[in-house]
Amino acid sequence: MMLIECPHCGPRDENEFRYGGQAGVSYRPEDTSDEEWAGYVFLRDNPKGWFHERWFHVHGCRTWFSVERHTLTHEIRKAP
Amino acid sequence: MTRLARGGLVDRSVTLSFSFDGRPMEGHPGDTLASALLANGVRVVGHSVGFGRPRGVFSAGPEEPNALIRVGADPMLAATTVELYDGLEAWSLRGKGRVDLDAHDDRRCDKGYLHCDVLVVGGGPAGLAAALGAGAAGARVILVDDQPRLGGDLLNSRVRLDGAPALDWVALVRARLRSMADVRVFSRTTAIGYYDHNYVVAVERRPRGERLWHLRAGRVVLATGAHERSLAFPGNDRPGVMLASAARTYANRYGVRPGRRAVVFACADSGYEAARDLLAAGVEIAAVVDPRPRGLALDGVEVLAGQVVTGTTADAGGLLTGVLAGDRSFEADLLAVAGGWNPAVHLFSQSQGRTGFDEDLQAFVPRASAQGERSAGACAGRYGTPEAIEDGYTAGHQAATPMSEGGGSRVPESEGDSSRVPEGGFHVPVSDEPAPRPPAALWLVEQGSGDHSFADLHRDVTVADLARAAGTGMRSVEHVKRYTTAGTGADQGKTSGAVVVGVMSALLGAAPGQVGTTTYRPPYTPVSFATLAGRDRGTLSDPVRTTAPHASHVARGAVFEDVGQWKRPRYFPREGETMEQAVLRECHAARTAVAAMDASTLGKIDIRGADAGEFLDRIYTNMYSTLRVGSCRYGVMCTADGMVFDDGTTARLADDHYLMTTTTGNAAPVLDWLEEWRQTEWPDLDVSFTSVTDHWATVAVAGPHAREIIQVVAPGALDLAFMTYAGTDVLGVPGRVFRISFSGELAYEVNVPWWYGRSLWDTVLDLGAVPYGTETMHVLRAEKGFAIVGQETDGTVTPQDLGMSWLVSKRKPDFVGKRSHTRPDTARADRKHLVGLLTDDPAAFVEEGAQLVLRMYVGGDAPVPMLGHVTSSYPSAALGRSFSLAMARDVAVGDRLVAVSGETSVPVTVVEPVFYDPGNTRRDGRQAMPAFSGVMGECRRRSPAEAYAARFAAAGSERVRLREVPFERMWEVRGSDPGTGLRLGPDWWLVTGDVQAGESWVDVSGQRTVLELTGPGALDILITGCPIDLHPSVFPGHAQTLLGKTTVLLEKIPDGYRIYVRSSFASYVSEWLLSATEG
Repeated sequence: MMLIECPHCGPRDENEFRYGGQAGVSYRPEDTSDEEWAGYVFLRDNPKGWFHERWFHVHGCRTWFSVERHTLTHEIRKAP
Repeated sequence: MTRLARGGLVDRSVTLSFSFDGRPMEGHPGDTLASALLANGVRVVGHSVGFGRPRGVFSAGPEEPNALIRVGADPMLAATTVELYDGLEAWSLRGKGRVDLDAHDDRRCDKGYLHCDVLVVGGGPAGLAAALGAGAAGARVILVDDQPRLGGDLLNSRVRLDGAPALDWVALVRARLRSMADVRVFSRTTAIGYYDHNYVVAVERRPRGERLWHLRAGRVVLATGAHERSLAFPGNDRPGVMLASAARTYANRYGVRPGRRAVVFACADSGYEAARDLLAAGVEIAAVVDPRPRGLALDGVEVLAGQVVTGTTADAGGLLTGVLAGDRSFEADLLAVAGGWNPAVHLFSQSQGRTGFDEDLQAFVPRASAQGERSAGACAGRYGTPEAIEDGYTAGHQAATPMSEGGGSRVPESEGDSSRVPEGGFHVPVSDEPAPRPPAALWLVEQGSGDHSFADLHRDVTVADLARAAGTGMRSVEHVKRYTTAGTGADQGKTSGAVVVGVMSALLGAAPGQVGTTTYRPPYTPVSFATLAGRDRGTLSDPVRTTAPHASHVARGAVFEDVGQWKRPRYFPREGETMEQAVLRECHAARTAVAAMDASTLGKIDIRGADAGEFLDRIYTNMYSTLRVGSCRYGVMCTADGMVFDDGTTARLADDHYLMTTTTGNAAPVLDWLEEWRQTEWPDLDVSFTSVTDHWATVAVAGPHAREIIQVVAPGALDLAFMTYAGTDVLGVPGRVFRISFSGELAYEVNVPWWYGRSLWDTVLDLGAVPYGTETMHVLRAEKGFAIVGQETDGTVTPQDLGMSWLVSKRKPDFVGKRSHTRPDTARADRKHLVGLLTDDPAAFVEEGAQLVLRMYVGGDAPVPMLGHVTSSYPSAALGRSFSLAMARDVAVGDRLVAVSGETSVPVTVVEPVFYDPGNTRRDGRQAMPAFSGVMGECRRRSPAEAYAARFAAAGSERVRLREVPFERMWEVRGSDPGTGLRLGPDWWLVTGDVQAGESWVDVSGQRTVLELTGPGALDILITGCPIDLHPSVFPGHAQTLLGKTTVLLEKIPDGYRIYVRSSFASYVSEWLLSATEG
């Protein structure tokens, strides 16, 4: 059970949150090729190491935020 | 009887009666079942799983591989871990237990959540000192220890500290810990799992059942001690062969003589200590066999240095009668094996710490921590009591005053100099133990008697089995484990793991450090499913959400259906009716007269802000910014891949104010979805969302005579046009009426605040509406060809596939999903689309899920092209026949297909998917109306937990009181600080009480109810279900979090807490609190 620092509520157990996947994937529907668009819809990075990702404090203040998490050790640090 | 006349920690003044395999026996408080069995002369406790060989008690702790027994409803426990109690009934096993599903289990298990700065695992010398060191530095400390009393191995030994019995020192430390307000000590509590971010799970054995503790620590000090290991030699499984530390423990701690005449196999010096203690208990020592070149002198005992035990002899029953050492033979009924020690690195390894092999200790020891953790004492390979105490104190003190370090754990801030040892320092006592020499690097006696040499006693895995594994080419211990099952027993290889590694290293010619260990996984000791479930069983296994009229549905005999967590009436059978009969009757009422459904479960989201229309344009496929105030519009929203996500009707209540409805199951996901787009993509839009699902109770009134009901309950809505809305009094209270229809008939959705929902429902039925459930709702909508999200759709269906191209705006520059609608796969012509199906035989029926194929096929035709599948299928009262909806490709109206389900093939014809009233001639119903002559019932308000008042009162005690605070006025406020209320989020407040509401405040008075838990025991109840840190020094006064399995808002009040819970969850939380109050 990871402990995730919500920017509003402070540290809370992982099961108060919903995972939001990779951060920084912006929505750009206009002027994209089918291939680029498929990349937005279907493809995400899956690194071994630090990963910039989004979380949603669904059972708390309902804030979306992002952190960096190490996918191997589960260390979490503030996103730059 | 082999109980000694004196000595040990058992209370001989009290006798406990118990039975083993039906034989009556006696023991004393302080005994384990194992010590009591030995005291009663029981040498064979069970038989082994594979060979059926007799087995006796082997250890004195959780590492026990042999003495597995059934106790009551527990199918398999280690006798060495069961505290004896009066009336205990134990039964022997052959290696494994069997769950008796009929066994009565009256345990009451639960969970607990606690937070601390420093968690210490283990109450031996190192752990006690660690708790003292951390507590003295002012930290919040929790110490867990699996034994009934503190002391760890000091309980088992005759060591003296500072010239006095070691337990005097333990008593001194215990007293000091008791004096520290923020130090909590849990005995009989076994830490079983060490997870991410210093999350440790422990099982506390309480009188009425186990409690599963979830402990979050800033730092963890592991002081888990060490396990003595055995080694593989022929006949090493005879009853009478026992770990030397166990033999010594039975003599010292339990006052039991484990044998009459013993041989000690001393690969480590602890064997000599055991020999001394056994001598003192009156056990004759025939010999000490020490594989090392030099032995130690022991008064009057023959020491065979440089020798090994090569075999055992046994009587006809398999009991140990003698020990062989080369050409020597000794008569003995006890062989005490001191194979060396393994630091108990289980939790350390679970924390992802890395171990390494220590050549001096011949054992794996902790090398690199992965979390905010430090191992101290024997589990770090530091044997010897003073060394453990000093190491523990230092570890505890450092943990309480950490320098800033990396790592995922939360590190408490401390004031002042962080490394200063408290004034007066800490005195490390002096012990009388001799310094131990390195143990023999011996895992396996290869020569010998020819009997089996066991590596894993529980799994009956022998050296020959391991050799066979190596012979097949296996090199990894993980493979060997799975091939031989070594280490997979109830003891999870606690005594065998090192032996397997040692034997494999001998077989492979590699060092043990190269062979490595298998992965240590939780739980450290077996845990029953009842413990893991805690209170989450039976009616509390998952929250049940109920609507305001729920009790009325129950009284009316409704058959319920689970929709998400909701209980929804599926149909309302009259006496003797089948479901099909009831549904046909309900449908008939809706098509010819008037019927009513409880539609309260539909998600309702209040949407406000200057950009609300723009936002909805971007989310829905059709337009909302152009919707007239007072009107409603049906909409579909897609995910970015263009597939249908949800649908519903949204009304515009004012220029900047909409009310969205969602499907029952998607209410929360849709709200999350809106919040995600607003916060992460369009933060510049002025729009906010408030769930009002539980604030409004909704009754759908449908049928040609619906106006006759509306003229009574909501006369102000009588003249509503189709797809319009009115804010109007309902039963005399402010409500909302929407004229929308999901059946094609004249229909109204009438909304009142939750408190009045029951009255509205009862009144509508009293006025003659026939109650109908979800099944009838499904039939009525299917007759009209309306798709249901999740029934016709499955995440691969676009609005166009559903025949809803008319609903997809071509004018809007964008909406979520639009770009995907032109992807080649989404735009292709041969996608499955919604069609209707009619069977050739009107009485025939097609199963939902049936596959559609072109014709009757026979064997050998494979592969058969699959054209689609049936999504909905019902008998219809209005049509007088069955009908179906399907998703199919490459078919057109008039095509003939076959619907195949199991062994049944039904010929069908493709038709348009609208079966009933395709011209929409029925939606305005009957205009003429008889005058209302009845008497309207009283509109009484009811609070969500009203039915619990008596049980709440009865559950009250001096420790805790429970009540509902009903009918609180509440508003949710977004945007700017209202200057009052509880802040729930960055721009989100809840205002309660008797205040003047602001214009943009959303009335949510019915959305939540307030339960009040007060009294000195309130906190103790909350920590059994609330995972956040409620310690007064940390808890900010209020927080939104979880209680049990649902979201609550928790507010501290002077004498306890207020729990704000959604009205639909009020029953769940009430039952949960009552269960918790009962203990």
